[in-house]
Amino acid sequence: MTGSLQDKASLLEVDGLSVEYRLNGLSLRAIDDVSFALRAGEAIGLVGESGSGKTTTAMAIAGLLSPNARVSSGEVRYRGERLPIDDDAAMRPHRWSETSVVFQGAMNALNPVHRIIKQIAEPCRLKLGMSRGGATARARELLELVGIPADRGFAYPHELSGGMRQRVMIAMALACRPSIVIGDEPTTALDVIIQAQILKLLGELRSQLNLAVILITHDLSVVAEACDRVMIMYAGRIVEDGTVAEIFAQPKHPYTKLLIDSIPNPANGKKMIRPIPGDPPNLVNRPSGCAFHPRCPSAIGICATEFPSLDEFGQGRVACHLHRSSQEDKVAAHA
Amino acid sequence: MPDTADFLRLEKLQVHFPIQGGLFDRVLGRPAGTVRAVDGIDLDVGRGEIVALVGESGSGKTTVGRVITKLAHPTGGRLLFEGHDMTSERGASALRPYRHRVQMIFQDAYQALNPRHTVFDIVAEPLRSLRLVKNDTQLAERVSEALASAGLNPPGDFFARFPHELSGGQRQRVVIAGALAVRPELIVADEPVSMLDVSIRSQILQVLVDLRDKHNMALLFITHDLPLAWLIADRIAVLYLGRLVEIGRADDITFNPRHPYTVALSNATPKVRVGVSHIDLPALEGEVPSAARIPKGCRFHPRCPMAIDRCRQEDPPAVEVGPQHMSACWRAGEVKARSELLGVARSSSVEPLERRLVSSLVKDRCRSSISAEAGVPDLPDPIRGP
Repeated sequence: MTGSLQDKASLLEVDGLSVEYRLNGLSLRAIDDVSFALRAGEAIGLVGESGSGKTTTAMAIAGLLSPNARVSSGEVRYRGERLPIDDDAAMRPHRWSETSVVFQGAMNALNPVHRIIKQIAEPCRLKLGMSRGGATARARELLELVGIPADRGFAYPHELSGGMRQRVMIAMALACRPSIVIGDEPTTALDVIIQAQILKLLGELRSQLNLAVILITHDLSVVAEACDRVMIMYAGRIVEDGTVAEIFAQPKHPYTKLLIDSIPNPANGKKMIRPIPGDPPNLVNRPSGCAFHPRCPSAIGICATEFPSLDEFGQGRVACHLHRSSQEDKVAAHA
Repeated sequence: MPDTADFLRLEKLQVHFPIQGGLFDRVLGRPAGTVRAVDGIDLDVGRGEIVALVGESGSGKTTVGRVITKLAHPTGGRLLFEGHDMTSERGASALRPYRHRVQMIFQDAYQALNPRHTVFDIVAEPLRSLRLVKNDTQLAERVSEALASAGLNPPGDFFARFPHELSGGQRQRVVIAGALAVRPELIVADEPVSMLDVSIRSQILQVLVDLRDKHNMALLFITHDLPLAWLIADRIAVLYLGRLVEIGRADDITFNPRHPYTVALSNATPKVRVGVSHIDLPALEGEVPSAARIPKGCRFHPRCPMAIDRCRQEDPPAVEVGPQHMSACWRAGEVKARSELLGVARSSSVEPLERRLVSSLVKDRCRSSISAEAGVPDLPDPIRGP
């Protein structure tokens, strides 16, 4: 982790984090040497395909890794202090009060037999030690905050639409006034119009409450709408990191370029389908060198053998042999 | 659209589902309601044409697909295939010739495949049940051909595999291969890529477009993603609460929409894709009403930012607003006027994003060149505007 990113103002620092899963006696490295910093009020988008490690990264930060996961190296610091992310009990005071999560499937995450107001009030009572009345008042306040009339709080989850349920999830995440909210594909199951409403709500809450947001998604266009910075993950590593504007105007990693090209964009006026060849990488049989090289249209000899490190490049970072200033000559020679 | 009339045609198609009232309702003699999932749709699909059916959940787009593939029965209107009325055809044997020619691709490849069948058996199933092959050699040939067309190469490698041994993209290809095996003339694809990873998505779209180009196969592509519809389709039909609100050529719907709902849909797509239409209408509030309680007048009026009194009273008919372009809106003419007025940027539609990006790059450079103490010049935020 280098220079400008290790800001004093960083709220959260992830430093060289690697997580492995034990699966049938095999050890699967889900994320590998992931480092980044999140400032207060900043919104980062974590983008990648299934298996890229984006969810593992976020769950590690929230201390919600599954029991067969092991943090094999690295650490996560919150306001400068190391978080016990692999100790469920030790994380309890931190979780929800400092870092909270909005899960994807709101229908599965809500308890079907309790009225939503009770479910929102519960963390207030447990975490903030509020009285029943105080917690209910807080829950009504939270419902209004996410744009649901407080009286709808007496509804059961099945009586609400998908968009409303996702709003309830956001209200619950905000219950204990966290500084960081992690959104795990919060709009994936929603229609475009509802998605736009939820993204707008997240944006408003961010500025209103100075929330830092980590948005996990496979949809780069959602990130463009809602985030300041994007980190593209591939096979457990960050391959590119930069501001939204920079990434969309001048993507550097070939994978990022292909991802952007695969968003249908009528603004280009050209109807072109540019498939990314091949399949997502297999974590058991990780390709040698750069994990993207078997699918990369601009791969050169060195890509198959040597691993590209994540180096600073311009305002951001990129892990690609084609963009290593120190290796420019070498690359030119190969090309 | 005269040339399309002889292939697939829906006339005033209606699918109403009765609501089963509870015991209490029945005892009290309360009338049971109906869900009007599809409420009078006219649509043609031509041979070799790709038509996209776009709408939110609850718009009835999947039900239309199920009627075409004879998985749901219309309560009104007609389904015509090459001029033959297929509306009331029922029974496996009567439908066999039709099923041979019209196939469906389902959204969820995880659920559409039988986990205990091999890929070979899954793809061979329609060939066997429609009795399209005489012997095992022929069967193997047809299965290989279908797998190869769906992009699973070499096909032999996949014969003995089970669905759980495949990646998501490969599973969706097996689903496609199953539909292709009978060499259909029309495929109804219900959100075939929405469950897939972005990088796999384009591969599947390419397979579908190739099928049209090589075999002149028609495709009804059901999606909720307007830019995706633009990318793949010749024509786009926009559905709202069981009714077509606008239909036209993909470019016209995308760049020159004439219905406020189409405008709202395209405005709601995330901003990387700016330039679709720059019609300045406020974002939609609320959600699609229940199909059991369809609003009076124009069914879109409670959410429509342009609604007037007439919209609350009278249901607007679909009228021609351009060549091959129909819109069901009393104020369609004004949507046009507004789009021309506010969409001045249309010709230069790429500009706004680029302008924002450039301004932000300038801002970043300023940030790096001016020391922190000097402060950051007050330039507009690239993504959210000033």
